[in-house]
Amino acid sequence: MTGSDLVMYEEEFLKIEEELQKLRRQANAKVVFLVDKNGQLIASAGETRDIDTTSLASLTAGNIAATGGIARLLGEREFTILFHEGEKDNIHISLIGQRVILVVIFDHRSSLGLVRLRVKKATESLSNIFDDISRKVEKERGEGKLEESIFAEITDEDIDNLFR
Amino acid sequence: MSFINYSSREINCKIVYYGPGLCGKTTNLQYIYKRTNPNQKGKLISLATETERTLFFDFLPLALGDIKGFRIRFHLYTVPGQVFYAASRKLILKGVDGVVFVADSQIERMESNIESFDDLKINLAEQGYELERLPFTIQYNKRDLSNIVPLEEMDRLLNHLEVQWFEAVAITGKGVFETLKSVAKQVLIELKKHY
Repeated sequence: MTGSDLVMYEEEFLKIEEELQKLRRQANAKVVFLVDKNGQLIASAGETRDIDTTSLASLTAGNIAATGGIARLLGEREFTILFHEGEKDNIHISLIGQRVILVVIFDHRSSLGLVRLRVKKATESLSNIFDDISRKVEKERGEGKLEESIFAEITDEDIDNLFR
Repeated sequence: MSFINYSSREINCKIVYYGPGLCGKTTNLQYIYKRTNPNQKGKLISLATETERTLFFDFLPLALGDIKGFRIRFHLYTVPGQVFYAASRKLILKGVDGVVFVADSQIERMESNIESFDDLKINLAEQGYELERLPFTIQYNKRDLSNIVPLEEMDRLLNHLEVQWFEAVAITGKGVFETLKSVAKQVLIELKKHY
């Protein structure tokens, strides 16, 4: 493993959720998601009940990965925004830092312009939160605190039990 | 690259099934999907062509159970095996925690196996991984066919790293869960070492 595992703590998770709620309200969006570049759903806000969020996360990451591949073929570093227009719903996908993907689903009650504007603002706040998390992980790793985490307590028996 | 969420108490890991075209990667996932409790699995997503060849990837989210109050989830992916989808294969390996190499046991597919294996090593290296240091299991698939290479010979050709391997007939399910267990277990042991 490369040591870049994504770790999420309660404190930052709540801040992220709050930020997503705010974005959803201000952009008048239906749903807002935050997805790791590797396809793991981090957090969401809005009417997610009817949406398969796990699949959506994985497909969004695949989408961003494919678009990134196209960008590099053309000599671009990355295309930072993707936009898909549907009959009813539209989807706005943007990269935050090089690490996470912000997804906004909206309909006629909002507009691309408004979404873009609000996403830009939210991106800043979210970047800061992720910087905080990185610092925290570094610090805890330095102090050896992470080693006292659950992994230290996992026994071979626990792992075997998963497969019974 | 696993995702450890202390807030929702979840650990997410990514396993990629690799191998040459038509070796049975998608069949492995389909069998796992078929034989898992509905409450343990999400949708099986296949981005495939009209002739059911994998175009980009298959994806199956699986929840195995809890360890110390943490929900253990595995995201299983396959790569498109056909040679010309090289660019897509590279993308799917991003953030991988464990790899299964599915080899086609038929005599005429040996060359494709070796080619795909080399391709795996190159693509991992490009993402900054070494196969030697990743949780890794090999599956010798299609053992029910008549024109197959003996296991010792396959092992000599493909298993230089001397990792755990399984005989399989993915279409009937033989060896499928054994393979998954082997790699999933290694991923968790690796996580334990790492933290």
